[in-house]
Amino acid sequence: MSDNEEDIIEGSDEEGEAMTASEVLQKLEEAWITERMSPTLEKHQSELVDCMLDQINQMSENLKRCKKYDFRLAIHKMEIDRIRYVLSSYLRVRLEKIERFAHHLLEKQTNLSNEDLSILSPQEAAYAKDYASSLEAHFQNLVLQHVPENLRTFDRGKMSVKPNLDSYVFLKVKQATPGVLLEDDTGEGRDEEVDFKEGSQYLMRYKPIMELLQSGAVTLI
Amino acid sequence: MLSEKALELIKELDRSKDGKLPAFNEDIIRKVLEEMNTLFQQNQRDVGEAAAGEIRYFPSIHLRHAALDRNKRCLLAYLYNRLERIRAMRWEFGSILPADIRANLCEPETQWFNRYNKNLASYMRSLGEAGGLDLTQDTKPPKNLYVEVRCLRDYGEWEVEEGDTVVLQKDTTHYLPLAACHHLIRQGVLEQVE
Repeated sequence: MSDNEEDIIEGSDEEGEAMTASEVLQKLEEAWITERMSPTLEKHQSELVDCMLDQINQMSENLKRCKKYDFRLAIHKMEIDRIRYVLSSYLRVRLEKIERFAHHLLEKQTNLSNEDLSILSPQEAAYAKDYASSLEAHFQNLVLQHVPENLRTFDRGKMSVKPNLDSYVFLKVKQATPGVLLEDDTGEGRDEEVDFKEGSQYLMRYKPIMELLQSGAVTLI
Repeated sequence: MLSEKALELIKELDRSKDGKLPAFNEDIIRKVLEEMNTLFQQNQRDVGEAAAGEIRYFPSIHLRHAALDRNKRCLLAYLYNRLERIRAMRWEFGSILPADIRANLCEPETQWFNRYNKNLASYMRSLGEAGGLDLTQDTKPPKNLYVEVRCLRDYGEWEVEEGDTVVLQKDTTHYLPLAACHHLIRQGVLEQVE
């Protein structure tokens, strides 16, 4: 971001904010890329989203006060458009996954011990619930109530779509992690250990690195 | 052959690729449901016999049950895949579907579409604190603030931003901010010149 941009953001920034606006944007972009590449839904980043939405709204307000033919105006507007694109693309990808895995995600949600572990934000959870129940109501209405009695249930375990955690992803290591265990799923005992060096890139299955991704030690690319 | 009608249903949907939506085939669905009821009654009868010790009925009971399961699965897959296409159209055309597509939806599907609309709208409103974010906009990464557009029909005077107006006459080209004229491109008043 240019210096001018920082000025505009700073004018509206709240005191005591732990991250600067450009750090938030960087994190959001990282979350966006990870979400696009991941086979399953990642943990929600609604703080980042809310913060950035707030920022672009305030930036737009600030820009209204600028002189109309100030050449910086075009640059700032472009930046706002770009941020808005990243935001909406991120949320769109999430929505698509929420719809595809609605039943699976809701089941996970109900088994949660702690609210903080939730993958869905409260708004997303409400959306997923309504979406899943609208599907079921539709099936019920058109088919299930007309079939023989013993087949009338909608079997979530059998019918719902689950993410494929065995699909392969590209990843980049942010924090060096020695001894990452890659289990051999064929059961022939050919387990492997890999030492992740900082800055290196790998192509491997999603499942073994799921926890590292959540802790922020690696990021998808 | 058992489950033939159900397969026909799936094939019909599969053939109309590229996201088009064929008319809701109530006729075949009804036939599949009839087949299911017949199979179920036959099984009911045979189960009674089998319970009385007639093991030779088991294979046919299993077969009919598998056919019942398959039929159910096909019906649900048909409904689900139709809904997925309808959903894609919500993102493409907005909350009101063109009349020719609407004609191919059955009544429960229209209801589902409305419910989906409502759910999506309330989710988009709940984003952020200042009245939400329209996720159906900004579908392509922005390259430029301004785009060259050609006018496809007479639209008359149009206000670009506060105070600035242009006259949109057929076959004229303009250089306009994308954010402002985006909806006119969607409506087909303007066409983006690459």
